[in-house]
Parts: sequence; C-alpha cells; structure tokens
Amino acid sequence: MEPAEIPLLPRGVRLHHDRVRDQWVLLAPERAITLDAVGHAILSEVDGQRSFGQITALLADRYAAPQAQIAEDCAGFLRALRDRRFLEVA
Amino acid sequence: MSQARPPIAMLAELTHRCPLACPYCSNPLDLARQDQELDTARWTDVFRQAADLGVLQLHLSGGEPASRRDLTDLVRAAREAGLYTNLITSGIGLSERRLRELDAAGLDHIQLSLQGTTPEMADEIGGYRGGFARKMEVARWIGEIGFPLTLNAVLHRRNLHQLPRAIDMALEMGARRIEVATVQFHGWALQNRDALMPTRDQARQADRVVQEARLRLKGRLVIDYVPADYHSDYPKRCMGGWGSTGLNVTPDGLVLPCHAAQTLPHLSFESVQDRPLAEIWYDSAAFNAYRGTDWMQEPCSSCERKTVDFGGCRCQAMALAGDAAATDPVCIKSPHHGALQDRTAAHAAAEDAPLTWRVAPGRSVPEPAE
Repeated sequence: MEPAEIPLLPRGVRLHHDRVRDQWVLLAPERAITLDAVGHAILSEVDGQRSFGQITALLADRYAAPQAQIAEDCAGFLRALRDRRFLEVA
Repeated sequence: MSQARPPIAMLAELTHRCPLACPYCSNPLDLARQDQELDTARWTDVFRQAADLGVLQLHLSGGEPASRRDLTDLVRAAREAGLYTNLITSGIGLSERRLRELDAAGLDHIQLSLQGTTPEMADEIGGYRGGFARKMEVARWIGEIGFPLTLNAVLHRRNLHQLPRAIDMALEMGARRIEVATVQFHGWALQNRDALMPTRDQARQADRVVQEARLRLKGRLVIDYVPADYHSDYPKRCMGGWGSTGLNVTPDGLVLPCHAAQTLPHLSFESVQDRPLAEIWYDSAAFNAYRGTDWMQEPCSSCERKTVDFGGCRCQAMALAGDAAATDPVCIKSPHHGALQDRTAAHAAAEDAPLTWRVAPGRSVPEPAE
C-alpha cells in the first residue's frame, strides 16, 4: 500500500465492540473477525479520510515506534483484509 | 454444567413459506404453517436474547424471508439489538420500494440465491416461472442501492456445468463474494439424490474451476466453496462443531443445533416460547448431546482429525449409518465409506430420475422417488 492511498471500510464492514466477550471485532458479510489490540488500533484510524502515510505516522508517534516498521505491519494486515474484500482503497 | 462458549451466529428461519419449490430445500419435510410462526414481538425478543448471549451475526432466512410482511420491522429490531443482519433470499417478494425500506432499516448484507444461470434452468429448478427474470431485476436494485451482495449458486448434477457462468454473473452483479454451494443431501435433497447427485467428474471439474477462479479473481471476488460432500475423502466440519458456534431457530420457535437436527429422532428440542435462549444453548440435552469430543466412537475418538471436522455431520451419520454418533460415512475411515461410494455412483448414474419439488407448508409430502 502506498503512503498516499486512503484505506476505507466499505459498506457492510464495521468495527463493533463485542460486549459479551469484551473484545473488538470486525463485522463483515457472514464473518466476524476478532481483532487484537494492534488490529483495533489500526482500524480505528481508518476513516476514509486519512491516507495510509498519515495513519502510520500517527501510530508511530503514538506508540513511539519506527514508522517503517509500523507501515510494514499495517500493510500486511490491511492487505489481508483487502484480499477478502473487507477493505477498499481510494 | 456445560463448558460451551457463546454462539457467534444465529439462523432465524422466519417462515417456511416460499414461492419457490427447490427440490434441495434444506427445510424439514414437515413444514411449519403460517399460523404457527412466531410473531414480530416474539422474534424481536429472540433477537435481543441472542445479542445478550453473544450472537454477532444474524441470518434472516426461511423459506423465503420476504414472505414475512413484517420483514422490515424485524431487520430494524435486529439492528437495534446490535446484530449484523444478513438477508438470505431468492429475491422473489422483494420490490425496489421494499429494498429501500430494508436499507433504511439498516440491513447490512444480502445473500441472493441462484438456481441456474439461464431462465430455463433456474425456473425449472425453482419450480417458479418468471423467477429468474425477477431475480435479475432484484439484483439490479440491490446494486443500485449499494447493499453488499453475496451470490449463492446452488449446484448439482443438472447445473454444475453452469458454474463458470455463475462466477461471471457474480462479477457482473458487483457481488463481493460468491458461495459455490454443491447441494448437501439433507431435507428435501435427500429425496432427490438420484436426480441431483453430481458425477465424480463433475465434482473434480468444479474443484478445478474454483481453484482457477480464486487465483484469477483474488481481491475482486471471494469464493467460498462447499464441495460435493459424497465425493469427498473427509467429512465437512458441520456447523464448526455441534453447539459450538451457531444455532438455528425454526419458524415456530424451536431452537436447533443445525437446520437438519430434527432428523435425529432421539433428541427433543426446546422452544423460545418455553425457555430462555441462553438456557437452551448452555443447558439443554440436545445442545450438549454432541458437543466437544467425549461422545465419539472409533474411529473418531482416536483420530488426529477429531477436532478438525468433529467426525462430520451427525444428521448424515444418522441418515446413512443409522447412528448419530457414528463417523460420518463420507469419511474414508468410516466402515460405511465403501458402501456410500457405491450408492453415490448409482445415484449419479440415475440419468432420467425425475425431480421431486418441495411442497407448500400444510400439504402432504410426496413419496420419495426411490
């Protein structure tokens, strides 16, 4: 994913707090994907406005980690969602 | 006390009524009548109980759920309960106006069934003239409104050659996903094995078509594949394990571990009209009957795959081996596997076998073709 690209959750895919299991999940057509803290942190910044570069810079700043490392982790995570049509890129 | 975890998905069979009469319908032979169906308020309560229990995904099914006049109210109630709502429909009974109402009510996703890729095939299988043309209209409205769409192509010996076209149709409709579902032989399909059983060559050809399309369409179209069960070496991981992830509520409120569970004559099922959903899930005898692995016999109990497929399908073990706790005869380790392969070949070779269509609720069941 390129820094200028803007990831977004398409219609029918949304973050949801599972109150029974007290965890965050991504709800998608006929699927519910359990998110760990990292996955939730990334998707919480995906708003259809911010670019991939802005998101990774923000996360790098917040977690005091190298942006290149954050970008690599995020790209892998988002690519897997994209392959399953749970994420689109504008 | 049960060690079960909360369920993730609930299939709500809102009604057994349906304009179509597909010969592989997964509804039981003994169909619930309209006057037995739960009303709007009762379903609304069931949705709230399901959300409190941990259900995330609600599948609104039937019969044809659009046959319920209160479908929009039910979708709204499910969304208010916090559930992800999926409508499983043939499209018949949905107008553009009704789809827009469902959109406003918060419907998340639509799964549209496909009986064939031509009007001739689809209308014959569905037993409903004009059904294919209407479905194509509905698919166009779904696209215009922007609902996420899964096309569910149901395949068997008569239409498996249409699989490549079904995949193209999913792309043309803008579906994100296609479910390539080879008929599973439960319910009405069990009576139609001679007419519907794929040949072994068809089953292997479908494997190749799916494999090729998955590579070619990666990132564009997700393909979920239910292969021809009787032609497999290992059984399906039925329901992800009995009483582990999902439950099914019938039109009149019985809570089942799977849609075919009523074919297990030694189990009795409880109703949401008599007992809270959570108690039925955790404490009822039916849900605990085949949970985990303690109930297993050999060759399952010492098998390295026992937590992979949980011995396959309990209803199929009952139907084919006469024992619901037996290894699913689809498994190559089952002592019944060889006999099943012979029967499968005979079903697949029954070239002129007629279709037995599903009847309407309240009508008597026709005699099986065999």
